[in-house]
Order: sequence, then C-alpha cells, then structure tokens
Amino acid sequence: MPDIVYTGENDPRTFKETIGKTIIALLESDPKVIYLDADLMSTIGTYDYHRKNPDRAINVGVSEANMMGVAGGLAATGFKPIAHTFGPFASRRSFDQVFLSAGYAKNDITVIGTDPGVCASFNGGTHMPFEDVALYRAIPTATIIDITDPAMFIGVLPQLMDRPGVKYVRVGRKSAARVYRDGSGFDVGRAVKLREGNDLTIVAAGIMVHEAMQAANELARAGIEAEVLDMFTIKPLDEEALLESAAKTGAVLVTENHNKIGGLYAAVCEALAHRLPTPAACVAVEDEFGEVGPQDYLQQRYGLTSANIVEKSRELLKRKA
Amino acid sequence: MTQDIRELKKLALRIRIGSLEAIKARGFGHVGGSLSIADALAVLYGAVMRVDPRNPGWPERDKLVCSKGHAGPAIYAALGLLGYFPYEDIKTLNQPGTRFPSHCDRNMTPGVDMTTGSLGQGTSLAAGMALGDRLLGRDSRMYLIVGDGELNEGQPWEAFMFMSAKQLDNLVVLVDWNKKQLDGPVQDINDPLDFKRKFEAFGFHTQQVDGKDIEGILKAIRATEGVKGRPHAIVLDSIKGAGVKEVEDTMANHSMTVAPEVFDRWLDGLRHELAALEGEYAHA
Repeated sequence: MPDIVYTGENDPRTFKETIGKTIIALLESDPKVIYLDADLMSTIGTYDYHRKNPDRAINVGVSEANMMGVAGGLAATGFKPIAHTFGPFASRRSFDQVFLSAGYAKNDITVIGTDPGVCASFNGGTHMPFEDVALYRAIPTATIIDITDPAMFIGVLPQLMDRPGVKYVRVGRKSAARVYRDGSGFDVGRAVKLREGNDLTIVAAGIMVHEAMQAANELARAGIEAEVLDMFTIKPLDEEALLESAAKTGAVLVTENHNKIGGLYAAVCEALAHRLPTPAACVAVEDEFGEVGPQDYLQQRYGLTSANIVEKSRELLKRKA
Repeated sequence: MTQDIRELKKLALRIRIGSLEAIKARGFGHVGGSLSIADALAVLYGAVMRVDPRNPGWPERDKLVCSKGHAGPAIYAALGLLGYFPYEDIKTLNQPGTRFPSHCDRNMTPGVDMTTGSLGQGTSLAAGMALGDRLLGRDSRMYLIVGDGELNEGQPWEAFMFMSAKQLDNLVVLVDWNKKQLDGPVQDINDPLDFKRKFEAFGFHTQQVDGKDIEGILKAIRATEGVKGRPHAIVLDSIKGAGVKEVEDTMANHSMTVAPEVFDRWLDGLRHELAALEGEYAHA
C-alpha cells in the first residue's frame, strides 16, 4: 500500500521536472525503452537528454499521428515506446492511430498526455482535453492513469513498460499537493483509500484528489465522514474497492478534471448500475468546452473545487436511502 | 527473357490467380488494387526479400507493410504460394473466423508483418519498424507499399518527412500509382500532381518504373541497395486491375461484386497465360 503523507501542502517538485527525470531514468535502466515526443520535449525537461541521445529520445516533430504510428512500429520490433505530447494531441488528434496502429494491431505503447483538463490553463480551450479519458476508455485493452502527485508518477510509470495494451497517463506539469511518500508502492488497477468514512464515498482522480481531501475535512467539521478513494487507475476500474465502499456508505460522489460524459464518473456509474445500484453524483465538467485562464479560475469556472464537492455531497446525502 | 524473369512473371500470374480465387470464394472484394501490385509483389517475394516462411517472426527478416491494406488478397496469395500456410486457406477470405480478413492483420495471418487498413497508417508503422531494426543493428530492409488514393491522407506525408529526416535508407516506398481510387480517377478527385517530384522534394532517392515491368521493378529495387543516407521511393506507373483486361476497362473496379462465371472467365485467361509461359519455359 502506498504511504500516505497528505497535509494539503504542495510537493516542492513540479510535475514537469518529475516527468522528464522519470522518463530519463527509465531510458537509462532499460535499453528497450524508447521515448518519442512531438516537439514538446522542452515542456517536460527532456530536450537536453535528446540532444545527447538522439536515438533514445526521438523528436518526431509536430506530427502526433505519425508519432503514434512510429511508436507502434518500434513496439513491433521489440521496443517499449513512450510517446508524449499534450493531452488533446495524445487523444483526440491521434485517436485513430492509437486505436489501430497501437491497440488493434497489438503494438503495446505508453502515451503520456500532459496538461489534462483545466491544467491546460493559459493554452486555453484548444489545448484543454475534457474528453481524453472518454476516448481511451473506448479502446479495448487500454489502461488509463490519472496522476495525483509526483511520487505516484515515479511509482507507476515503470510498471507500465511491460504491461500489455495501450497505456495512457494524464498528468499536469505544474506542482500538486503531496499525497504519497516517495517509494510508495502502487498497484495499477487498485484504488488507494485515503480516508475512512461511513457517510459517503468520494471517488477522485488527478488534481481532484486534493480537492476531495479538502472537502472531506470540511464535511467532517459538520459531522459528515466521507471515505475518499484515489481511483488513479480509471481503466481497469477497481470495482471491488468501489463496491466495498459503496456498500458501506450508500452514496458515491465522483470528482474528475474531465467531462462528466465518458470518464471516471461514467465508469463508476456503469459499475454501480450493474452490480450495486447506489445514489451517485459528480463534480466534473458539465459537458462544456474548455477556455483560457489561470487554473484556479478555471476550477471555479467549471465547478471543480472543494466547495463544489461539499455542496454536491450535501445534496447527494439527501438522496441517500 | 531470362529464366529468372520468366519465373517472376509466372509468380505474378499466380498471385493474380490467387487474388481472384480468394475473392471469388466470397463473391466480392478489392479486385483492382490487388491486381495492380501483383508484379511488384512477385519481385519482392520472388527475388528480393530475405524471408523464411517456416519462421514468419524471424526478427532479422526483411519486412513488408502493405499500407493499402485492402490489397490483402494479393498479399495472401503471395504468402500462400511461398508456403506460409496452406494455399487453399486463402479461399476463406472474409468468411466468419477466417485468418484472411479484407485488410491485412499481423495478428491473424502468418507472414503479414503489419496490421493496416485505415489508410495512411502503415507509413508511420513502417517508419517505426525500419528505425527499430536500424537501432537494433539489424540489416533488415523494409518495403512499404502505398496506394495513390491513400496519399490523399496527410499522415503519409508526415511519415515521409520523418523517414527522410531520420535517413532511413533501409526503407523502400513503392507507390502503386494505378490512377484510380474508390470514387474514380485520382486526378479528378484530389489531383496528386507529380509523385516523383514530390518524393524528390521530400529528400527520397526516387525512381519511376512501369508497374508491370518485372525486370524494371527488380532493377529499381536493386538500385536502392547502393544509395545510402536516404530513403527510397519507387513510383510504380501501374494500372488498377492490371492483368485482366475487363477489370482494367471497368471504371469502378476498387471493390467488385462479380458472378462466379465472370471470375472463371478472368481466371481462365490468366491460367492460359501461365500455361503459355510454362510452355515457353519447357521449350527454352
């Protein structure tokens, strides 16, 4: 189990430096790992490494569709490719290539899509994927990870190298609240219970984990004990952890930095509807396009704050049987 | 005609016959684009590629990506003739549970090196495979077949830029310039202008040959071996439906539904040609 060290304070490291260092460490430790980027190396701190090691860190230029195909071809010859670009280009821009050249053709690749959802802040609506998880969920065999903090990225990425299928990691580049101690062991596909509670279950992923923990603290002050699950693996969903908690609390609130259609909320509702019908609600993007602005503004704008979670939790509790 | 060239001509006829036999068993399929690459496939599988039908996954083999994946029947015929699987199996084309789908699938058919079908995607896959082979120190060569209609897509041009930038001289692109796509003449739909000049502009070592000239295709491929530091392009000036006059003369010959007796008439003509070549050989 991961070692939880959450205090609400930010990790001193940015994701940007963590992503680059982790990729480079993998390249250095396994000659079969190869890294491709579509002209965004400088955004995750890998450009200098590429200059010195152009055959290990390959810049394909601004051609994401081509990058996914090249990654698939490298996989076919025995490599373990990691392909990085911003989230929208790693998903909607190159979806058919990821789906067919990697997924359908069984060329196993790992795709890192940075700046998911509102993390795209000043790049605005064109760069703001609220649908990347929905797209990847529809790829059979896909694994989808929404990263919570740097320790999780460091712990999870190496595990994906030998995992079959298409692996998609969505992760920001700025800093995030520290939740886990470095060296924590993460099991892909197993949720982490961050907080015990009996009144409702809050299922969160990515940047919304911190918001969920803040909300849980506030709810506790009002005598409401929320159980918080970090559902960092969105696919395959940890249905057992979800059902165990839902059976106990009888209410499930899901929060994600994504459209409420097709993402974590949808995955949770599908599982609950099938196996344990339970009142559910979400704090997610209400089927809107993105827009430009600072991340804190955007979280307010799209209703992705701890206050939104508190409010929706109270409404949900009224529907509890 | 040397004996080697005669053998390749016979192989090309057998690939045409196999393509039609496979399609006939289902009653419909991609006739035109299968026939147009039969001669190139005969040269590749009959004289050029280092492959082992008993060991389809041999890492050091030469590889072929047919990015115009709908030419599956021609690929299956060639592989069946080489002995990758029982030849007769190709007649299960598109039947439920078959190993021979319309479009090439590396996980289904022994000898198929890459899954293709969504046009354009085979180009980047081939680039990745050629790069991977080079990085692993293999002297394998990559042969990539693309259609002229397929080059309406944008992805191939991304891939061609990449092949050139990475100096993938172990990769040969064969452009099946058969002048037709599904809806009609390539020139009318989205005129590609001059493929040869385009590939030259992209930095490729580029040649253009008659797509039915087996000797010319062989010479062009051999000529790629001596040119280093650049990927190679061979524009095949071909005919959609090549080798069967009635198909050549049909405008809509991309996917055809034809009565069995019509297939038989076409097959009879090809078998006749094959017998004639064999007779020529017997008397040589």
